[in-house]
This record gives sequence, structure tokens and C-alpha cells, in this order.
Amino acid sequence: MSRLTATLRRFTRAALPLALPLLLTAPAAAQEPIRVGTFLAVTGPASFLGDPEQKTLEMMVDKINADGGINGRKLQLISYDSAGDAEKARTFTKRLIEQDKVDVLIGGSSTGETMAAVPLAEAAGIPFISLAGAVVIVEPTKKWVFKTPHTDRMACEKIFVDMKARGFTKAALISGSGGFDKSMRAECVKVAPNQGIQIVADETYGAADTDMTAQLTKIKGSGAQAVLNAGFGQGPAIVTRNYKQLGLTQPLYQSHGVASKEYIKLSGDAAEGVRLPAAALLVADLLPAGDPQKPVVTAYRNAYQDKYKTDVSTFGGHAYDGLMLYVNAVKAAGSTDKAKTRDAIEATKGYVGTGGVVNMSPTDHMGLDLSAFRMLEVKNGDWTLVK
Amino acid sequence: MGANWMQFVAGGLTAGAVYALVALGFSIVYHASRAINFAQGEFVMIGGMGAVSLVALGLPLWAAVPLAVAGAMLVGLLVQRLALEPAQAGGQADVVTLIIITIGVALFLRGLAQLVWDKGIHSLPAFTGSEPMHLGGATVMPQSLWVLGGSAVAVLALGWFFGRTLLGKAMRATAINPLAARLMGISTRGVMRLSFVLAAALGALGGVLTAPITLTSYDVGVMLGLKGFAAAILGGLGSFGGAVAGGLLLGLIEGLGAGFVSSAYKDVIAFVVILAVLFFLPGGLVGARGSERV
Repeated sequence: MSRLTATLRRFTRAALPLALPLLLTAPAAAQEPIRVGTFLAVTGPASFLGDPEQKTLEMMVDKINADGGINGRKLQLISYDSAGDAEKARTFTKRLIEQDKVDVLIGGSSTGETMAAVPLAEAAGIPFISLAGAVVIVEPTKKWVFKTPHTDRMACEKIFVDMKARGFTKAALISGSGGFDKSMRAECVKVAPNQGIQIVADETYGAADTDMTAQLTKIKGSGAQAVLNAGFGQGPAIVTRNYKQLGLTQPLYQSHGVASKEYIKLSGDAAEGVRLPAAALLVADLLPAGDPQKPVVTAYRNAYQDKYKTDVSTFGGHAYDGLMLYVNAVKAAGSTDKAKTRDAIEATKGYVGTGGVVNMSPTDHMGLDLSAFRMLEVKNGDWTLVK
Repeated sequence: MGANWMQFVAGGLTAGAVYALVALGFSIVYHASRAINFAQGEFVMIGGMGAVSLVALGLPLWAAVPLAVAGAMLVGLLVQRLALEPAQAGGQADVVTLIIITIGVALFLRGLAQLVWDKGIHSLPAFTGSEPMHLGGATVMPQSLWVLGGSAVAVLALGWFFGRTLLGKAMRATAINPLAARLMGISTRGVMRLSFVLAAALGALGGVLTAPITLTSYDVGVMLGLKGFAAAILGGLGSFGGAVAGGLLLGLIEGLGAGFVSSAYKDVIAFVVILAVLFFLPGGLVGARGSERV
């Protein structure tokens, strides 16, 4: 053969192994999915948190992918069930960061699970949007950790403001032994004097306790004008039933931790008249026409109820907000670079979500104020808005 | 203060009645096989959750409750037949082996419950309404009276069964001297199975009676089993009267302790009781029963 063909052949033989991988990876990089890692309490005692969160994330990821993804890239959801167990949460977070190599962490349905994952996220330098309630998650502010739900301190403040408006100055606290309960109880004790409320009784119950009549009997004799139950799970349902059994007439306030139809169902008609702070999502239909949140919450609620044929929950709403905050950050940063997206999340201003209007800052990684909470009251087995 | 302690007593006795039923279950199985059945608490759970799912299927309460108890009795029979009999075949089985098998059975039943039902918390409708009643300074739910009354009826029925029927006396005979009982034509295997069926029935009864008050889920068996066990030890393992007394007493101590000492550590009380009894009064309130032939 001619020297030209021989040279060409030698050249091709040498270049092919180099060219082929380049040809294959170049388009692959453009299609590389955005990996969203989540660890949620889908089953277990906190399943009323994690189950709607999981469903919401799946629904929204499918919807965003159907609309073309973000910047041409699809979202890939990698999720694990931590069942409300902090140890499992830690293990799954490690797996998500090291093995699944996710771009962002959205999860930690409960405070315990979140706090177990925080050190891992900080050490790995990966943005982590928590879906749990306690204020310790963002105070002191941690560089990589954000959260979407209202804090327990905001819940205390909202409740105390409402108590004051009804003319009460003496309140009793009853809380459980879980992470959220303890955190909210501590916050309420701290902020009560600022709101002009005196705590005259402070009772606690065990996580699996099935009879709180002893604690409530002591509260009955304490001179309290209103009672605040800082808890979540089955405890508040039993407290509510015991409350009615003992014939306590003082108004009962619950925390946003039980802002779900499940609580009303378990408490039965004992839940009549109970008030609690919750996100606007629960009363989407009762919001006035000009409310900035109305379009967002109505759209999310309709999509969720159409797809899953079950009532919407505020916890699912927090997952929605978490995902949308990240999606908006990726669009603003133009990439999924962890540091850039973190900066973009921190710079969020005026995002209207299911939880409220979010304005974050370097010192505020939650971005909600008291107006994000609405005071709800249970009437005839359903939520109503307290004006 | 006066009205308060009545309230604590009322709550304590209601819980105590359930502990008594669970403790009776422990005692019956211990009586027959010298083994402690750590799956006893799971029978309570099966009764409660079974009734919940039957009601959800549309059955009226008066049908769902007996069916749930019957279902638990069947599970008890299967546990003895499938898990324990193979270990007991061919003479005296090592008691420790049987106990460990029952722990495994408990884990298995709990796992099965999560699959058959779910991990959520469920409520059962109260039998006769949920308007609180005022009795002597305390407010009591009508369901509490069902718990106390149902337990009392069960205890009396058991007493009649063991004292007056041939089958009951045969069971007692087997416990005293298995070899002599077999020589008399009493089937020790049959007695064992009947013990489990009775223990399951008592546990499940406790479960359905108390579910309207305490709610139920797949893991209520853990705490109830342990507290029932504490009550059985308090009263004296193997003694039926002791089991009832132990259950009620434990409930009372818990209720009064939660009211006057500390409500946060209510669960600790049962375990402190176990330790105290084992240290100071190993035979329980009733004292050691039976004697060893050397």
C-alpha cells in the first residue's frame, strides 16, 4: 500500500482509543442528571412527615423532568427511608455523599435525623436543605445547612401572641421526650417572658406513653388559663383525648408538628376548638383572593390531591419548597457546582412557597417570618382560619 | 389533692387491668412449660390491630372484637405448634431454648404486623361512647369500665375453668407432675397448646379493650409485654392470683408515681419494680410455689 494509507492507518489505530471515549463522554456530560439525594422518615413513627415528603418530591421531580428538566438536565431522585431514626439518617447521608455522589441533600424529616446529618454535610461541603422543625438546625447558622419549615421558636411566638390577644397571661406547657418536643419546649420557656406569658406548669410525658391524665390533672390545678402541647406523633392525640376526658375548659394549643388530618382523626371530637399555627397550605381555599401564597398553595394542593387521592400536608409542602429553592438556585447559579448553588440558595429573596415568602441571608438560613404562620382552629373536624 | 389521687388511681387501675391480663398469659404458659413467653405482648398487639382492620373492612364492633380475639388464639396455637413443639419433642426441652425461641417469635410477629397492616397509629371506636363519667372526684371514660369489667370477667372465667372443669384440672395436673399426668391419659402436648391459646386470648382481650383508650400500632407489644412480665414477677410467676394482683398493683404504682413523683419517668417504674422484686422478694408477692422432688 501507499505510504499515505499506511500512515493514516497507523494514525487512526493510535487515535481511535483516544477519540472514542471523548465522543462518548462529551454528550453524556450534557445529559448527566442532577442528583438529588434524600433521606426521609417514610415509614415509622414519623411517617406522617416523611411519606408526604417522599410523594411530593417524586411528583415534582417527574413534573420538572416532563417539562424538560433544568438547563437541559434531568433530575434524578435518590432516596432512602430513614424511618425517623437518627442513626439510619447518618448512615444514609454518608452513602448519599460518598457512594451516590449527590449534588444536594434534601431531607431529614425530623430534627433528630437532620442533626445527625449536619456534620457530614458540613464536612463534605454539600448544600443540605432540611425539612425538620427545630431552631437548632439554623441557629447558629451553619454554612451548608438550610431549612424550609418554620422553626419551633416561631410556633411558640405565634401561639403566645394569640394567647395574649385572648387575654391570657398564665400558660401551662406539656411536652414529650422526643427531639422536636424538647427543643420546642425549651424555646417556649425562653420566649414566653418576651410575650408577656408566665409559664405556671411544665409537664412532660414519655414518647410511648398512652395516658397523660396524671400530667393534665396537675395542670388543671395550676391556675393556667391556656395549655400548650409542644409535641408530635401520637402523644398530642392522646393529650387531646385526655384533655376532653378530664373536662378541661382552658383553650388547648398544639404545635405545627401535628398540623395534619391524621391528628384530627386520631383525636376525634376532642380536637374541637384546638388551635395551632400552620402553613397557609392547609387552608388554601380560605385564603383571601389577594394573598400572594394562594396561587402556589392551590396549584400544589390540586396536583398532589389529583395524583395521590389523599389530603395535602404541610410537611409535603416543606419538601416542595426545599426542592424549588434548590431548582431556582441551580437556574440562578447556572450550574450544580456545590459552592455556587449554596451561594444562590443563601441569596434567595422573595420566593413564594407553600410555607410562606422566603428571604434568606447569610445569617438567616430559613427566611420566614411570623406572617408565614397562620393560626388555625379545628371546627367540625376540619381546619378554619382564625382572623 | 384529694380529687387528684382518685384520678391517678383510676388511670392506674385501667392500665393495671391490662397488665393483669398480660401477666396471666405469662403465668399460664410458665405454669405449663416453665418457659417465659416473650411473645405475649405481641398477642395484645394482634388483638388490637386485628380489630382495627376488621372494623376498617366494615364489620360492626361486636363482630370484629371476638373475631380479632379468635384470630389471636389461632396465632397462639400456631406459635406453639410450629415454633415450640419441635424444640420440645422428645422429652424435657431446655427452658432457655424455649425462651429464646419466643423472643424470635415476637420479632417475627412484629415484622409480620408491619407487612400485614402498617406502621401507623390506629384507634378503635369506644364500645359504648366516649362521654366522660364522673366517679368520686375523677373523670373516667366508659371504656375504662369495659377494661376493668372485661378483665374481671376473664379472670373469673379462668378461675372457674381451672377450678371446676376437668380440662382445667388436667392442665394443673400436668404442671404439677407431667409424667403422672401422661400416665393418667392427659396429653401434655394438648395442654401446652391450650395454654398458648388461652394466653393469646387473654392478651388479645386486653388489646381490644384498651385500644380505644391508648390507640394501637404494630409495636405496642414491646412495652406491654415487658410491663406485663414485670407484673407477673411482682405477683409471683406461675400464680394466677399473683398475676392479677401484680398487674393491678403495678398499674397503681405507675399511676400514683406519675402523679406524685415524676410523670416523665413513668415507664421506669415497671423496671425498677422488676429489680426490686428480684433483689428482695424473688418469689413475688405470693411467694415461691411448688417444690422440687430430689
